[in-house]
Amino acid sequence: MWEGPFHMEVLLVSLLNGLVYGMLLFMLASGLTLIFSMMGVLNFAHASMYMLGAYFAFSVSRLIGFWPALVLAPAICGLLGALIEMYALRRVHKNGHIAELLFTFGLAFIIDKGVQMAWGLLPVPYRVPPVLDHPLFQIYGSNFHAYRGFMLLISALMFVAIWLLLTRTRIGLVIQAALTHPEMVGALGHNVPRVFTIVFAGGSTLAGLAGVIGGNYLVTEPSMAITMGPIVFVVVVFGGLGSLAGCFIASLIMGLVQTFAVVLDVSLADLLGRLGLHVTSATPFAEFLTIPLPRVGALLPYLMLILVLLVKPRGLMGTRDT
Amino acid sequence: MSKPIAQPAAREIAAERAAGLLGRHWPWLIALAVALLVPWLSYDWATGRHSGFMVSMLSQMGIMIIFALSYNMQMGQTGLLSFGHAVFLGLGGYVTAHLLNSIKAGSLWLPLEITPLAGGLGGLVFAILFGYFATKQRATAFAMITLGIGELVTSCALMFQTFFGGEGGVSTNRMIGRSLFGVGYAQPLQVYYLIVAWTAVAVALMLLLTRTPLGRMANACRDNFERAQFVGYDPRMVRFVQFSLSGFFAGIAGALYTLTYEIVTYDTVGGGMSANALLMTYIGGVGAFAGPVIGAVLIVLLQSWVSLLSNSWLVYAGVLFILMVTFAPGGIAGLVMMHQPIWRAGRLGRLAGPYARLVVPSLLVAVGFVLVIELCSFLTIGAAQGKSLTLSGITVNPRGGTPWIAAALLLAVGGLWMRAEARRIGAAWGAVTEEIKAMGRRA
Repeated sequence: MWEGPFHMEVLLVSLLNGLVYGMLLFMLASGLTLIFSMMGVLNFAHASMYMLGAYFAFSVSRLIGFWPALVLAPAICGLLGALIEMYALRRVHKNGHIAELLFTFGLAFIIDKGVQMAWGLLPVPYRVPPVLDHPLFQIYGSNFHAYRGFMLLISALMFVAIWLLLTRTRIGLVIQAALTHPEMVGALGHNVPRVFTIVFAGGSTLAGLAGVIGGNYLVTEPSMAITMGPIVFVVVVFGGLGSLAGCFIASLIMGLVQTFAVVLDVSLADLLGRLGLHVTSATPFAEFLTIPLPRVGALLPYLMLILVLLVKPRGLMGTRDT
Repeated sequence: MSKPIAQPAAREIAAERAAGLLGRHWPWLIALAVALLVPWLSYDWATGRHSGFMVSMLSQMGIMIIFALSYNMQMGQTGLLSFGHAVFLGLGGYVTAHLLNSIKAGSLWLPLEITPLAGGLGGLVFAILFGYFATKQRATAFAMITLGIGELVTSCALMFQTFFGGEGGVSTNRMIGRSLFGVGYAQPLQVYYLIVAWTAVAVALMLLLTRTPLGRMANACRDNFERAQFVGYDPRMVRFVQFSLSGFFAGIAGALYTLTYEIVTYDTVGGGMSANALLMTYIGGVGAFAGPVIGAVLIVLLQSWVSLLSNSWLVYAGVLFILMVTFAPGGIAGLVMMHQPIWRAGRLGRLAGPYARLVVPSLLVAVGFVLVIELCSFLTIGAAQGKSLTLSGITVNPRGGTPWIAAALLLAVGGLWMRAEARRIGAAWGAVTEEIKAMGRRA
């Protein structure tokens, strides 16, 4: 089926879905980019905050509804982030970057197990609120769900909020300066540890928010952090250190790549077939050549991660090497 | 030398060297003797059988000791943090499984005792392949590349049937009837002794490697790669060679894994196994050669024994890891080595008192913490499995308030007490080190 994937409707629907997923990724990756660029810490626990956000939202929304959860769950995540930075990460900081990285790795490990113990091993029934559980409009016969529109709206609002915060406020300017020259900012008399705490808490809040609105769109389960973590790393590295704009572009690209990889049902063998070379089971590497793209889709982020780090460690718009 | 003029005879030098070797390496010989004897502790004389649990746990220890040491060749010795080391263990295992199958089918002739070498070569080939790319970078970028490689290989293992066997993995049979010594390897104990032999060889080789110029340059590149460059070495080449050799030893561990379990699945290349290597190595201590050995033994004990008693052994391993990263970045070996100067000065007795006083509060904290974890786990996972929490004959209801209050009390009291005792230890430590410094000045 070579012509099939390029129908207009599939293209448009996938474009919209990719946009929704890309914005969700940006919500996660923006916080991680800020933390990574500023503190030099590759925060393995970032995706765990995303998972915690989803689980908190599930519990809170069962008690008092989805709308309070939308505010409360990210707030709890932000508070947790601040506590982690102030009472643990700062202590590990003197042992060097690798120790900090290992600390967040161990933290992610424990949060994973903690979530399994607190909410069980199976996915929890965290559902889209009924108000948003209807089709918003139709394109070429397929529905565009209202909740996806809501996700787009929230992510766009968040994007504007971050942009205003970083460019129009004093603390935003300090953060921006600290992204590229943390030592200089310290030398100018700013309280860099406090800025670190704010950024860590802010990043965790955003990750929690992504969990709240992504947990019911995707699935809320104990493995959601492990599946999301590496993808967010790819986005951060691909976008480049110290650049939120790069991070935004990389998020959208990654969202589109992942969505289209699922939709396009082609394999290398089909490609060769168009060139007149027919792959049979006797061809060398036949198994490799006949694997359809949707199955390879899961590999793409990791391939991109390795390639970017090898070919262009600076990323799309980065200011320095990873 | 007491006699500077007379040249000692060659035989005397050799004897002296042998004595020196024995003097320096006696802990390893004791460890080897223990490894050989321990299975007989659980020997059941009535039935003439060994405890399967014991032999299986000891076999796993041997495999994990090689694995953790090979990991430390990158992490401790070269300063390369890897999140994908299991790739080489797993691929070595897959290679061995296919090799065993083709020996069994008669298309190859190789005695079983040699197959771990083939697994090691498999690991080496893949380590050269991946290492060529990965070692272009160092520090965080290297860590992320290895993370990518690990995930990539895991996904491939699930995707490709011919080599990896998909989700089912590759099964094999170690009773191929080819042995150098005519051993059948039907009993796990025979495999265990093969593992001991290979572990001894691998440990000795890795220890020797640290004394070669390569091992020293790896340390130099870890500590200051720019200076290593100035001396005229290519840090990338050093990283590459060290990475490849570490893959070789991980491959040996993978081969022994295959011989023990007779099946290799995608778990062996996965992130969980890589994390295991990191946990073992770091908890044991990256700074000392023997550190990962301690870590491997400890983690396997935790995994085998605690997992019988509790669902949440990984939580305990994780908490231990975090505590180590935060308070003792040198691991257990580092903690031991910290006491060496004090022991040399004969002042260790001064610390015994404060340490002994720490025992009770830390036990309180440990019991309180374990209680909290177990209560949580029984609320969800245990309840789903239909188990009930029994503590020394009393069934505890995790939904009641009493056990939670007890746990909280234990944690609070123990925590405060421990803090006070820790301060006392700090003071005693300071006093002792001051004394030793003063002694040094006088001397």
